Amino acid sequence: MNKFRMSDYVILAALLLIGFVCLVPILNAIAISLSDKTAAAMGEVVFLPKKFNTAAYDEIVKEGRFFRAFGVSIRRVLLGVSIGVGLSVMMAYPLSKSPRVFRMRNVYMWLMVFTMLFNGGLIPTYLVVKNLGLINTIWSLVLPGAVSVYNTIILMNFNKGIPASLEESALIDGANPLQILGAIYIPLAKASIATIALFTMVHHWNEFFLGKIYINTLDQQPLQTYIQGLSVTLTTQQMANMTPEEIIRKLAVSNVTFNSAKAIVSMVPVIIVYPFLQRFFVTGLVMGAVKE
Amino acid sequence: MRSVKNEIYYNAMMVIGVGFLLVFSIVPMFGVIIAFQDFVPARGMLGSAWVGLKHFNRMFALAEVRNVIRNTLVIALSKIILNIIVPVSFAVLLNELKIIPVKRVVQTVVYLPHFLSWVILGIMFTNIFSYTGIVNQVLGLFGVPPQMYMISNGAFRGIIIGTDVWKTFGYGAIIYLAAITNIDPNVYEAAAIDGAGRWQRIWYVTLPSIQSTIVLMSTLALGSVLNAGFDQIFTMYSPLVYATGDIIDTYVYRMGITKMQYSFSTAVGLFKSAISFILITLSYTLANKFADYTIF
Repeated sequence: MNKFRMSDYVILAALLLIGFVCLVPILNAIAISLSDKTAAAMGEVVFLPKKFNTAAYDEIVKEGRFFRAFGVSIRRVLLGVSIGVGLSVMMAYPLSKSPRVFRMRNVYMWLMVFTMLFNGGLIPTYLVVKNLGLINTIWSLVLPGAVSVYNTIILMNFNKGIPASLEESALIDGANPLQILGAIYIPLAKASIATIALFTMVHHWNEFFLGKIYINTLDQQPLQTYIQGLSVTLTTQQMANMTPEEIIRKLAVSNVTFNSAKAIVSMVPVIIVYPFLQRFFVTGLVMGAVKE
Repeated sequence: MRSVKNEIYYNAMMVIGVGFLLVFSIVPMFGVIIAFQDFVPARGMLGSAWVGLKHFNRMFALAEVRNVIRNTLVIALSKIILNIIVPVSFAVLLNELKIIPVKRVVQTVVYLPHFLSWVILGIMFTNIFSYTGIVNQVLGLFGVPPQMYMISNGAFRGIIIGTDVWKTFGYGAIIYLAAITNIDPNVYEAAAIDGAGRWQRIWYVTLPSIQSTIVLMSTLALGSVLNAGFDQIFTMYSPLVYATGDIIDTYVYRMGITKMQYSFSTAVGLFKSAISFILITLSYTLANKFADYTIF
């Protein structure tokens, strides 16, 4: 077992190759973003920038829209995480009680699970958001998905593991459930709460579709929606009426370096929280998936 | 111990969250009635004309809908199968690597794509599969003439399935790695004493030990048979690949938001939601029955 055999080298090489393949698109995009426009469009860039320059990044800094969208995304993440995590923490505590203590518990639980299994679909949900006057407001990005049933269940399962004796003495002393949540449950569940906060953060940062359907004013679009809009350099109607040769020509003049630079910059916040995420997501995933 | 006072608090703690669910999840469920109307926004749901199953009949008569359903099934099923085989193989392979620092680095790298958005990855893969991208450059070395893969009906599904596996296999492997960690090391030692080689250990110890996890994950995946991955396809497709890449969700989006055929779009969406509901319920029931899996 201890000596390093031929098959060990094969396995090592295979795993290094797999790891490398996971980085290829990212390394390629970094190289393109730091290359000369024409060189990038001509396909001369693989992993090393050609005619190194930071023109694409300078362009981003000069362009106000990118940072405005970046700002919208930051606001969205702050609102989305505080509302989403706040609600999950609030709901997970009563839901962790047995139906004998909290008679309505199973009614709420079934309602919540039902919303995970079935949904009204795109247009009916759109109509509700529209009738509430949320179109073109940041609330349309935050409120429709505010309650994550999945996260609430993860937290609830954690709460169930906290011994009831801890809160019983507090209850006898006359503390109310809200005080118990703040003084006993939240401090004990800190790590779980941090986990769902990080996941909620990444979700709100990466999500682009709500911005696409609910936000029509360009200034209020979140970052991913803005970038998604850019990458479509040709409208679908235009494309349907073009020959492949025309499309090749059109795409060649599209701004590959600029778009790649935007993709890289918008990745930065995720990369920053990634080390923290990595500390938590193993527990998070196992908590959620293999309960019992 | 039950106390009415505490229950008042419990209900109060539930009320905001449940309120959000009622407004944004439950109310839209009643909104599906517009699938049975010729819905006109100005007239509202109460004023629009009822047309029964008109939109459903039209849906089943349209060749493009049949095509969309076929694409959805092909793409989703391929993803489901590969997203079990690849993560399991990767987890087994990683477990064979005994150099811990390298293992850590590989794990860090392969988990990363899971956290990147399809918008960003869409740009990156469009670069890679473009006429002048890496794929054409590499294949060019072997004399393959360059092609525009992203707009080729022959390649699009493969790209969608392959890049999805690329994004999710590392993260998907975590659950199998956790299961492998739980294997008693004595079993491996006993197998080694009995003269089992590496492949025999994998085949007779590792795989049987994680079999129940594989079965559980496969059962739960049943619920996503109609989910071919909206975000990914939406950020990577174009009209040129509708024939092989258009799925139910992208079709519902185009019919509903772009073409404003509210009722028809909702009918197609309802068809999908209803079947998904049955499949998810079935998969949870099976998982609960055979693996004691519960979500709450």
